[in-house]
Amino acid sequence: MAILIGNNTRLLVQGITGKAGSFHAKGCMEYGTNVVAGVTPARGGELFEDKVPVFDTVGEAVATTGANASMIFVPPEFAADSIMEAIDANIPLIVCITEGIPVADMMRVKAAMVGSKSRLIGPNCPGIITPGQCKIGIMPGYIHKPGGVGVVSRSGTLTYEAVWQLTQRGVGQSTCVGIGGDPINGTSHTDVVRLFNEDPGTEAIILIGEIGGTGEEEAAAWIKSHCDKPVAAFIAGSSAPEGRRMGHAGAIVSGGKGTAQAKVEALRDAGIEIAETPADMGDAVLRARSRKR
Amino acid sequence: MNIHEYQAKEIMNQFGVVNPKGEVATTPEQAEAIARSLGTNSLVVKSQIHAGGRGKGTFTNGFKGGVHLCKTASQARDITAQMLGQTLVTHQTGPEGRLVRKVLVSESVDIARELYFAIVMDRTLSAPVIIASTEGGMDIETVAAQSPEKIIREPIHPTLGIQPWQTRKLAKKLGFGSSDMRGACRMFASLYKLFMANDCSMVEINPLVQTKGGEVLALDAKFNFDENALFRHPEIQTMRDVEEEDPREVEAAKYNLNYIGLTGNIACMVNGAGLAMATMDIIKHYGGEPANFLDVGGGATESQVTEAFKILVADPNVKAILVNIFGGIMKCDIIAQGVINAYRTLERKEQRLVPLVVRLEGTNVEQGKELLKNSGLPLLAADDLADAARKVVNAVK
Repeated sequence: MAILIGNNTRLLVQGITGKAGSFHAKGCMEYGTNVVAGVTPARGGELFEDKVPVFDTVGEAVATTGANASMIFVPPEFAADSIMEAIDANIPLIVCITEGIPVADMMRVKAAMVGSKSRLIGPNCPGIITPGQCKIGIMPGYIHKPGGVGVVSRSGTLTYEAVWQLTQRGVGQSTCVGIGGDPINGTSHTDVVRLFNEDPGTEAIILIGEIGGTGEEEAAAWIKSHCDKPVAAFIAGSSAPEGRRMGHAGAIVSGGKGTAQAKVEALRDAGIEIAETPADMGDAVLRARSRKR
Repeated sequence: MNIHEYQAKEIMNQFGVVNPKGEVATTPEQAEAIARSLGTNSLVVKSQIHAGGRGKGTFTNGFKGGVHLCKTASQARDITAQMLGQTLVTHQTGPEGRLVRKVLVSESVDIARELYFAIVMDRTLSAPVIIASTEGGMDIETVAAQSPEKIIREPIHPTLGIQPWQTRKLAKKLGFGSSDMRGACRMFASLYKLFMANDCSMVEINPLVQTKGGEVLALDAKFNFDENALFRHPEIQTMRDVEEEDPREVEAAKYNLNYIGLTGNIACMVNGAGLAMATMDIIKHYGGEPANFLDVGGGATESQVTEAFKILVADPNVKAILVNIFGGIMKCDIIAQGVINAYRTLERKEQRLVPLVVRLEGTNVEQGKELLKNSGLPLLAADDLADAARKVVNAVK
């Protein structure tokens, strides 16, 4: 078992003929993901890699192929429009990899999602993977191993670091979700933790956060009162100065809010096992597992 | 990205946000001419730097105050002469201060009341929120901590935008009377329009003042822009003043490297923002101090790695470098080759070389490690993140 994606996922790739889109669509296919369609406006009728049909619109692609998930590689200027097109086509899962979408555009996307049938993961994220079944995103597939730890994170390479530490310790993952580093995104830490808590295939959870916002504090509060699985966590950015944006648009400490310290305190208060350093993430999961909640 | 106060006034004028009349000067003579054209005997001369606390600052030549009131054009000229070309130190500039290249000469107004007004993009609501208070001229965080009941929050609908009734509600809460609320309502609506039209992440008017004559004016303005949206605002991009920015950051931006200068002595080069932050954290955990944040991104080329290296070693504080790469899209052999090339280039130029710790993991890691081993470079290979951090901290001891 896993969350959000698995063997039944039929993937559509928006921006499949672009440089990044085609490279990573191939990567997903090599991993075993069932890529059923691509969309690039004005390129309908082409075949990607001699087998995947390309359509002009998302609506046509869904109607023809029954795609139930979309991966978006459209440049930042046009990405919000592509997300809204996928929402209109009622795609249940939309994964937006694109980095650098204007915040005001994401604000409109969030408004468009109200009452919709879609869940958005990202933007500015590495994607989502259920090891051994389905990969939607840009992560290196081979570092993963099927198993029982659910991984949720705002960062890309830091997630790979956590996954690799787990795999090296012989601990597999149920699903790994990168929710993205932007201030306005589709799915929160809490949303994903909630799904992991309901998933019989997930035995333990690692939550990887960073400075800025209050998403980790909200997840801590939810875990404290609802979650019955062991949870470990790491927060990046304890050494970051206030008022500077640390790469991710969402990673900024301002007015004393969103500090690593405040997040760690909230998580610890919820009974979550804290990884003291990024090298301790794998072991923190082992400690959490051996400790009964 | 930050802009100067005089540039903020230009934007406010475009959007009909009433503010004191004034213009920017780069010479004392210009300042005198502007002061004369304003036709008033209450004037103010303000140093233009990207830092707060100017009024209470001191110039390194001993001249006190980066903001001065005066009465005549010749006084404005003399004050300007004392400021231009001088370094102003405030509580926000650090001890090195900032060179003043421009001053703003404007009319000074008779203030009856000082208020606070800001619009920020709220990440939890995914919508803009207006934050206002009758306690103007103070640090809003202080107000929020001491008297939270004095903070007014008004969320704006993300697609409908600000409604006239909301401006009236705000005006009343901010204590405007029936006879003077119109100017306030117009001001709030104009500021919201400005915020949205320019993709601001924050507009802060502190103080927003009501004059003794009842007029509502934006006395000081601070704007922050969403960097992701700058591509559609070429006119705002031209307002960037690179003289106000860290030269290392300006250089890094030329090569699309995400660099932030810090004050420690261990430089780091990492792929991915989260891992870059985590690398700084673990350096600190083992007793070291990071010299920078540097994210080379997901698909850095050999030449980007070389340029990144040059920027790192150009910082005289740097005593050692930690390279931490988790190859995903990025292949470890490409990174290794970039590191080797950069090192060789610097060697040829007889530039200062410092101990180098390299930790590679992920795609093509074996090829990468092999390249480094065969290169003969005096570097320390690390097995994992903790090992890398310990080695680099030891190297600077």
